[in-house]
Amino acid sequence: MTIEVKNIVKKFGSFAALDNVDLKVGKGELLALLGPSGSGKTTLLRIIAGLDWPDAGEVTIDGEDALGHGASERHVGFVFQHYALFRHMTVFENVAFGLRVQPRAVRKDEATIRARVKELLDLVQLDWLANRYPSQLSGGQRQRIALARALAIEPRILLLDEPFGALDAKVRKELRQWLRSLHSEIHVTSIFVTHDQEEALEVANRVVVMDKGRIEQIGTPGDVYDNPATAFVHGFIGESIVLPVEVAGGSVRLGGRPLNIAADGAASGASKLFVRRHDMQIGPAGTGSLEGAVRHVRSFGPIQRAEIALSGGEGKTVIEIDAPRDRELQAGEIISLQPRRYRIFAVQE
Amino acid sequence: MSTQTSFVTPAARLQAYASTADLAVSPPSARKASDRVRQAAASRDLRSEPGPIRFIIIALALSFLTIFVVLPLVVVFASAFSKGINAYFAALAEPEALSAIKLTLLVAAISVSLNLVFGVIAAWAIAKFDFTGKTFLITLIDLPFSVSPVISGLVFVLLFGAQGYWGTWLQANNIHILFAVPGIALATIFVTFPFVARSLIPLMQEQGTQEEEAAISLGASGLQTFFRVTLPNIKWGLLYGVLLCNARAMGEFGAVSVVSGHIRGETNTMPLLVEILYNEYQFVASFAIASLLAMLALITLVVKTVLEQRLDEGQTPEGRSE
Repeated sequence: MTIEVKNIVKKFGSFAALDNVDLKVGKGELLALLGPSGSGKTTLLRIIAGLDWPDAGEVTIDGEDALGHGASERHVGFVFQHYALFRHMTVFENVAFGLRVQPRAVRKDEATIRARVKELLDLVQLDWLANRYPSQLSGGQRQRIALARALAIEPRILLLDEPFGALDAKVRKELRQWLRSLHSEIHVTSIFVTHDQEEALEVANRVVVMDKGRIEQIGTPGDVYDNPATAFVHGFIGESIVLPVEVAGGSVRLGGRPLNIAADGAASGASKLFVRRHDMQIGPAGTGSLEGAVRHVRSFGPIQRAEIALSGGEGKTVIEIDAPRDRELQAGEIISLQPRRYRIFAVQE
Repeated sequence: MSTQTSFVTPAARLQAYASTADLAVSPPSARKASDRVRQAAASRDLRSEPGPIRFIIIALALSFLTIFVVLPLVVVFASAFSKGINAYFAALAEPEALSAIKLTLLVAAISVSLNLVFGVIAAWAIAKFDFTGKTFLITLIDLPFSVSPVISGLVFVLLFGAQGYWGTWLQANNIHILFAVPGIALATIFVTFPFVARSLIPLMQEQGTQEEEAAISLGASGLQTFFRVTLPNIKWGLLYGVLLCNARAMGEFGAVSVVSGHIRGETNTMPLLVEILYNEYQFVASFAIASLLAMLALITLVVKTVLEQRLDEGQTPEGRSE
């Protein structure tokens, strides 16, 4: 099932939660809406679900106008961050709810409902919890039941609002992999909201990066990581070193000193240089564009993370780099740094 | 007048309940934990008091309770049975007494069922929606608690009385509100309105709207959502409010006294009849009726305790930490 969102505007008072958002989701996709809190991602999800209404714009599901229908008619599975399980019902009844509230004309008989619920509980591997109450389950179990409940109505699309946000790190990781394999099994078009970049990059086929009610970039996880479209995306996804530079006629200057890198067509003016931590080439003093003193080194796994106090113009700038451990750095050592890969974005006024 | 004191207690208890629940914005788990800490601290402090002081404090509390609560209750029953059990039942079988009991039950049935509906609607609106004037509405709901019941009755006299705003029109159309059942019911509804709404608002606010949203996204209609999700979640709180509402509806004196007109065998409720009989020196009859009200109070207390336990249990489930 495809989803199309056009020119959506949503304001809360004078605050624009969504500012002209366009989005197309293809059949069978697993899409992540990624952004900091307040970026409008949850609002967008709720509008698609019919739990919120936009001030302007269009939402179509499978080419059919969705805004003319309430949430109960849209046939959309929604999974809440805090599960929202019905606390007075057993797990079984929670999952059966969507089947029991169907209009009499299309409602299945009791045996069919029981079989379907059993099937769903098997799917989420929790059939042994059927007679428990939500309060007796762990967070991870609750979220899987919430998912089974949403799937019971055979939704056209599945929407998940920070599905792992309330879980601890280990459970979160397990559930992530589980969700991805579940998606490849049932292939329902899905959108999930997250503020966790790792989660988005690891689970989704495509990632939509949002900030301040706008979409900054849409792309595959590799795309948004390797080719960030904007300064925001570069800063938000992956760890970046950010240096204030000045671009003038094809040369890049840091604190008045020219750097030995090409401007790559960046417009003249105040700009920011973005370099991934692991994209800084280390060399002996005097061989690269930047120079600095190693202040502190921590080694773990295959990398060493070093704090470098840059010398020159600014003097006080401290950056963190990740270097392979083939050449151990020492605190106090003076080294040179040369960006291998970098992006330059103009500073927006 | 012992019945009066016992009916003030539930109201005070409810207000205390509502205001503590109002503070409960923190997640239940955190609240429970802090409660436990507080309780532990309190009991440790108490145990560290020297023996004699502890004894004096407990004795003071007990004697105060005995003088102001237990003694009046005993007096009610003692006076009611002072001329023997036959006189007691004869007093209750008097046509005037029977009519008062019937009227009280009727008025309570009307006002409790209407306040049940209005209370749920008001609590729903306040807890689940944001709109301008919400704070004003919450204040308004509390108005009957802060206004003297006599004033509450007088308002209806001013509206429906012969010299009132709508008096002439009502008279012309031969509609009887004042000094009849509708007036008594109206005054009782006014006085007892806050109970249901007040006991539901904090509960519904704490529960939020997520379960309702989940139900709607699963295809449930508005009514299905209310009866299958909202109502089961608030049932203990609702019963609690209804119980206190009923106790007050049956025991209300001031407001009803103003609008009733004291027509014997017609517009006297039980509390009104107690006063009339007492003023006529029919002590046995007076206290016999009063004993019924006192029994209602005792039953209310027991049921209320059970409901409070249920409410506490109902609030824990989602609070379990991971």
